[in-house]
Amino acid sequence: MKDKLRNIHETALKALSEVTEAKALDEMKVSLLGKKGELTAILKGMKDLTAEERPIIGEMANKVRADIEAKIDEMKKELAAAELERRLETETLDVTMPGKECACGHKHPMSIVIDEITDIFRGMGYSIAEGPEVEKDYYNFEALNIPANHPAKDEQDTFYINGDILLRTQTSPVQVRVMEKGELPIRVVCPGAVYRSDEVDATHSPIFHQLEGLVVDKGITMGDLKGALAVFAKELFGEDTKVRFRPHHFPFTEPSAEMDVTCFACGGEGCRVCKGEGYIELLGCGMVHPKVLRMSGIDPDVYSGFAFGMGLERVAMQRYGITDLRLLFENDMKFLKQF
Amino acid sequence: MDISMSWLKDYVDVDVDVKTFVEDITLSGSKVEGYTEIAKDIAGVVVGKVLSIEKHPDADKLVITKIDVGAEEPLQIVTGAKNLYEGAYVPVATHGSTLANGVKIKKGKLRGVESNGMLCSVEELGCDRHDFPEAPENGIYIFPEPQELGADAKDCMDLEDTAVEFEITSNRPDCFSMVGLARETAATYKKEFRFPEISVKEEAEGDINDMVSVEIQNPELCPRYVARVVKNVKIGPSPRWMRKRLRAVGIRPINNIVDITNYVMQELGQPMHAFSIDTIKDHKIIVRNAKEGETFTTLDGVERKLDPSMLVISDPEKAVAVAGVMGGENSMITGDTAAVLFESANFNGPSVRITAKKLGMRTDASSKYEKGLDPNICQTCADRAAQLVELLGVGEVVKGSVDCYPAPLAPWTLSYDPEWINALLGTNVSEEEMAQIFERIELKVDRENHVVTVPTFRPDLEAQADLAEEVARFYGYDKIEPTLAAGTPTVGKMTYAQKITAMVKQAMIANGLSEAMHFTFESPKVFDKLRIAKDSKLRDVVKIANPLGEDFSVMRTTTLNGMLNSLSTNYNRRNEMAALFEVGKIYLPKSLPLTELPDEPHRLTIGLYGKDMDFFAAKGIFGYLFKVLGMEDKVEYRAEKELPFMHPGRTAVMEIDGCDIGFVGELHPLVAENYDIGTRVYLGVVDVDALVEESDLVKAYRPLPKFPAVTRDISMVIKEEVPVREIEKVIAANAGKHLESITLFDVYTGAQIENGFKSVSYSIKFRAEDRTLVEEDVTGAMKRVLDALEKELGAILREK
Repeated sequence: MKDKLRNIHETALKALSEVTEAKALDEMKVSLLGKKGELTAILKGMKDLTAEERPIIGEMANKVRADIEAKIDEMKKELAAAELERRLETETLDVTMPGKECACGHKHPMSIVIDEITDIFRGMGYSIAEGPEVEKDYYNFEALNIPANHPAKDEQDTFYINGDILLRTQTSPVQVRVMEKGELPIRVVCPGAVYRSDEVDATHSPIFHQLEGLVVDKGITMGDLKGALAVFAKELFGEDTKVRFRPHHFPFTEPSAEMDVTCFACGGEGCRVCKGEGYIELLGCGMVHPKVLRMSGIDPDVYSGFAFGMGLERVAMQRYGITDLRLLFENDMKFLKQF
Repeated sequence: MDISMSWLKDYVDVDVDVKTFVEDITLSGSKVEGYTEIAKDIAGVVVGKVLSIEKHPDADKLVITKIDVGAEEPLQIVTGAKNLYEGAYVPVATHGSTLANGVKIKKGKLRGVESNGMLCSVEELGCDRHDFPEAPENGIYIFPEPQELGADAKDCMDLEDTAVEFEITSNRPDCFSMVGLARETAATYKKEFRFPEISVKEEAEGDINDMVSVEIQNPELCPRYVARVVKNVKIGPSPRWMRKRLRAVGIRPINNIVDITNYVMQELGQPMHAFSIDTIKDHKIIVRNAKEGETFTTLDGVERKLDPSMLVISDPEKAVAVAGVMGGENSMITGDTAAVLFESANFNGPSVRITAKKLGMRTDASSKYEKGLDPNICQTCADRAAQLVELLGVGEVVKGSVDCYPAPLAPWTLSYDPEWINALLGTNVSEEEMAQIFERIELKVDRENHVVTVPTFRPDLEAQADLAEEVARFYGYDKIEPTLAAGTPTVGKMTYAQKITAMVKQAMIANGLSEAMHFTFESPKVFDKLRIAKDSKLRDVVKIANPLGEDFSVMRTTTLNGMLNSLSTNYNRRNEMAALFEVGKIYLPKSLPLTELPDEPHRLTIGLYGKDMDFFAAKGIFGYLFKVLGMEDKVEYRAEKELPFMHPGRTAVMEIDGCDIGFVGELHPLVAENYDIGTRVYLGVVDVDALVEESDLVKAYRPLPKFPAVTRDISMVIKEEVPVREIEKVIAANAGKHLESITLFDVYTGAQIENGFKSVSYSIKFRAEDRTLVEEDVTGAMKRVLDALEKELGAILREK
């Protein structure tokens, strides 16, 4: 019986170590340890043994059983590891195939520009003010020191609703509305649509967008105007951007200026984009005209301020290299998806 | 406004190159748009003398010339020109030379005969017969005088100049002239400015006051009228130097008298007019308003209809000019004009501008007048014209002038506070430096009292702030130190409405919609395209009085047209899908005709078509939005059949407490057809102001559930027209306090379900916060739910 057990032990361990499939291992486990297995048969035969033999054989049989079970466990792990290995080997992907993207929408390029600019100014303590697009002549012209018959009224080719009401030609009337509220100090930017009687073509649109800025406080200087706008230009176009202020004329500011920024395409060397000048005109600005302050109920002897205004389509077009303004209003998905 | 750099040097010594000049003058306030170096490209064209002309052996139309260009050997040049003669001095483009248009001349053979260059016409030198009236119409230019052989023809013909184009702002009428820009140049470079010296000899017999009278009937529109008379006029071309200057500044030379008026206008900024004096009846000038129905033929031969708002120059019988705009055919200078009346008048700017606009003829003169000119320069300009007549020897000036100037304009004074100016600019400019700046632009300065006297050619200087700008300009904008405003700190806030709008946009983008932008005015025809009833309030629109055309003539009262146009564009460009949104305004008049500003509420509009789009996709976008805005529980959807542009069976109105806040659904197929869209379109519009009002961004944390939920599924057969929302309401009302959620998971019609009925299945979840629910907790609730569904909605329960 001892020999039998020894034999079982040896052959079983040998056979187990040669198993290569989980299924064969399971079958072997049944044939070795199952109710009809060899070992069970031996254990069943123990009752015929002598009292002396029984514990010895019993102990031996238990050991054989334990060894076999241990071997089975070991082999199970081994086979599982091998199986996993095999699986991982077969599970390969072409990782260059496209990923699954969520179908997110896209912001309109004009909105991107407006948000970016207003964000810059909000960081500098400016709030966002809004005003009506169908506006009174008073706010659009008169309160901005543009009296009736002023050539500026013609230059801007205004759409009129009637004698007193028009489509605002600039975002500047929002300035007046903010000043009239009389909550000082004022730091606001006012983005919005404006209207001028231009036929639609690649560079003109009767509807376009402007952003107006206004600061009114005690002791505001033209140096402050230059400082604020230089910071803005650097934030928008990059740290290396330089600005240049040229005297200009606007009825509602005095002194007035236009601000140029170094060409983003050539950095100021002069190129096709800036027509060789190295600079690109970005905005108009100036110190709020004392008349304008006074008309809005602010005492120009106590307060001063600066204002600026810029066209936003041009910023978007230059930034994205868009050459035809009409694309902005067509809303072709192929266009919008690029932003 | 164009100037000639060589002309500018008459008044100020500029010694910088043109590139520096344009930069400097731009930075001091006169913006340069660009400059042209005239005849710059011409090189290697020299003066030559024709020595001989022989026939070409093989070409009838060509001749072989020998040209002496001052070299050892004469040049042999073949030419087709017919106007040559031996001894003529001509411009010769030698081998390797360049013409005005950039063409390079090389030697070569013409019909087998060697030709070492080319003889030039004025056209090849970038000119025409306006520059050189003596040049033949077709042929080589022949110098009227002998020239040094081999000399640069460019110099001999005086071709070179630099024209600089300025963008002058409307507040600086004085800068629409050579002297004005010369004054700015002098101030920029701190140089001396020389006004032209003007004197008239007046050698003709008689006195103008015996010959001419002037009457101004409307001194408001014509503050001043100065007349001078020139007799024995010899009309002909003006000299080369004058023509060259006029050409450089963009004016076509015509004849000496007209050229003189243009020259004075360019030099001094004052438009002049020359009348043939014999055409003026009684030599009597009357400045009056046009009569009702008066017609008048202007110089260009066009008959114009005038109205009483327009000012005319007239004689006792007829108008002879539209004041400040254009003269008349009836009094124009012709080849046999013997005596000329020069007009140097001041007209009201806005009046000239409006007249020119009404007549549709903006002329050089009117564009200068409209800025508002200085009446005090009229006499100077009349004298200048007279002086030029004498200088050119083209007539005799009659003694004196008639000057009608009822209310002379006096210079005014302005006081200034150097401290205030420095405070405004953020500078520290000394009082003396300020005074010097003022003097350089011809202001008289009273240093002690801080008062300046402003010359009348600077109407823009009205107040101290204007003086501050002058200081800033000549001190240098670039020298003002940039600072960051100290003052009271402010917080860069967004209003709540701005925040909500931003969240709306973000929610749309998260749902795969891209942002669109549309015109806010459109055609009134869109209402028909959208099948909107004739009496709909949407047709009460804000109308533009002067639109670009009918297509852009009314402010929109609905955002649908813009959205549908964009979808149509996408569809017709074969984009498989489109998903767009717009947050934009509509314009709703409070009453018509408009007496107060209209309301401008904001609308969120979505538009979709494509494979995965259906009603529920569109509705789901709004569901997501309402969730983001914390208002999903407030919104109810009600089936809506009455929106004329929407599919009657597939449209829902969204409402809160019975108030509509928008709608969502499928576009009516007829409207889709009107917009040329051949697929189903889904649209939704919601009132952004309602979103702002109803949104609730306050969030409160609820503890995560500690105990398991119990779920019961039910299925029922119910009449097809019962909306699931009704079923859910019944379940919610009866499921008791442990109800956590109701989830619809199946709706089925078809086989096994009776016609007109549907099978609807729900998963109902219960949970208690404080314990694990037991069977009994749920059975009671479920029984109540099932009973209520049977009783209230006639549902037949199918066991699950």
